[in-house]
Amino acid sequence: MSAWRREGLRVALALALAGVSATAAAQGKSAADGIAEYRKMLEDGNPADLFEAKGESLWTTKRGPKNASLEACDLGKGPGVVKGAFVELPRWFADTQRVQDLESRLLTCMETLQGLKAAEIAATPFGRGEQANMEALAAYVSAASRGQRMNLPQAHLQEKVMYEVGKRAFYFRGGPMDFACATCHGEPGKRVRLQDLPDLTKNPGDGIGFAAWPAYRVSSGELWSMQRRLNDCYRQQRFPYPGYASDVTIALGVYMGVNAKGAESIAPAIKR
Amino acid sequence: MKHKTPALAATVIVVAALLAAGCGSMPSSEQLDQQAIAVIKGSFRAQGIATMDRLQQDQGQAACSSAQAPSEAIARQIQDNALASVKWPAGGQYLGDWREGEKLAQNGRGMTWTDAAGSANGGSCYNCHQIGKAELSYGTIGPSLYNYGKLRGVADPASPTSAAIVQYTWGKLWNSKAYAACSNMPRFGHAGLLTEAQIRDVMALLLDPKSPVNQ
Repeated sequence: MSAWRREGLRVALALALAGVSATAAAQGKSAADGIAEYRKMLEDGNPADLFEAKGESLWTTKRGPKNASLEACDLGKGPGVVKGAFVELPRWFADTQRVQDLESRLLTCMETLQGLKAAEIAATPFGRGEQANMEALAAYVSAASRGQRMNLPQAHLQEKVMYEVGKRAFYFRGGPMDFACATCHGEPGKRVRLQDLPDLTKNPGDGIGFAAWPAYRVSSGELWSMQRRLNDCYRQQRFPYPGYASDVTIALGVYMGVNAKGAESIAPAIKR
Repeated sequence: MKHKTPALAATVIVVAALLAAGCGSMPSSEQLDQQAIAVIKGSFRAQGIATMDRLQQDQGQAACSSAQAPSEAIARQIQDNALASVKWPAGGQYLGDWREGEKLAQNGRGMTWTDAAGSANGGSCYNCHQIGKAELSYGTIGPSLYNYGKLRGVADPASPTSAAIVQYTWGKLWNSKAYAACSNMPRFGHAGLLTEAQIRDVMALLLDPKSPVNQ
């Protein structure tokens, strides 16, 4: 797809969203109703499909110094099993002796199978080079679990520990504005400006919060993984910069994902 | 105590090994607190103006970092310290220009790692509060401030009958924790987010009878 067509699609989507919002406002519906209606309209035209297709191609293509595909990657359900893996991440992996989320696990596979350098990819700015590939891979893997319910394992001690660490990180206040994740996401029914805020201390519902990322963002024309979503949350919290696939981001994933148990995953979703 | 250190270190290693093997038991709540702090400190790096000292919590931030509110005694201490920190306006001049206050209330910029050093901050007020009736895009984390002065009977902000609410509002804007230890609101004066002159303008937005907030 040409850059012009991409731009055209973005504009069309933004206009469609504006139209839905205006309709919703006129009919006294909440922003959430408007967004739900908008999502339904775009069910067959979510640009995340394009990222998903790119991700599928990346998964099966031989790449890297080892000239290997990712088809032998173990995302938690055995080598090569993609379907159903996303709704059980983050989880404990015996080979790395770590609890890993989708992105950190993809990094492991890219390094061990393909010989790519995980640390270099983690240090690459969002949307560039291998990071653009990470977004596509995240779209592909999450799409393979679309419609399934979040079901993170909590059997391993380290999974329980990471839940507790994530809970503490969620409530950790800091920075010049005293913000924690909980400031915006600790109570139901709140908004920032017109944006509804999911209460992430419990299951916020099907396709909301943790069960809605990765997502295509109409406003920027980008596919954001949970790592990028958290990165921008911390930017707005006025915190320092969280490392890509760092333990705090993984712990928060465990906390939000376990809280969302039973929520239907709609990832990769579409957002304003 | 020095002779105990190697034994302690050995215990730590054994515990860590057991944890890694998944056959240990759940760490205590205090151990998890320490682990969380270590994970947080090890996961961030400085970027632009967002330096690592932002993770160094003061007493109030630390006490308000869990689902449980601090004890009444701790909360009282935080509030007392916050109230004592409030810098009252020079010459008793509490109110500025509500038009400038509205601009600050609308402006949500500042203090992120994508903001340049020395760039002016907004007040981000509409992010969390309804204020002027004309602005429909407002947040709901904080209470509505529409008719703030009017509802509190402020007909003349300079009159002695208005003094209590005028002073309270200044204190709330300067250091929100003076009246609620774990308030979600930033400490605009105390943290240097807004200048004294800017806080006067936000005060006027809320309390000036001519402000659209009080129509």
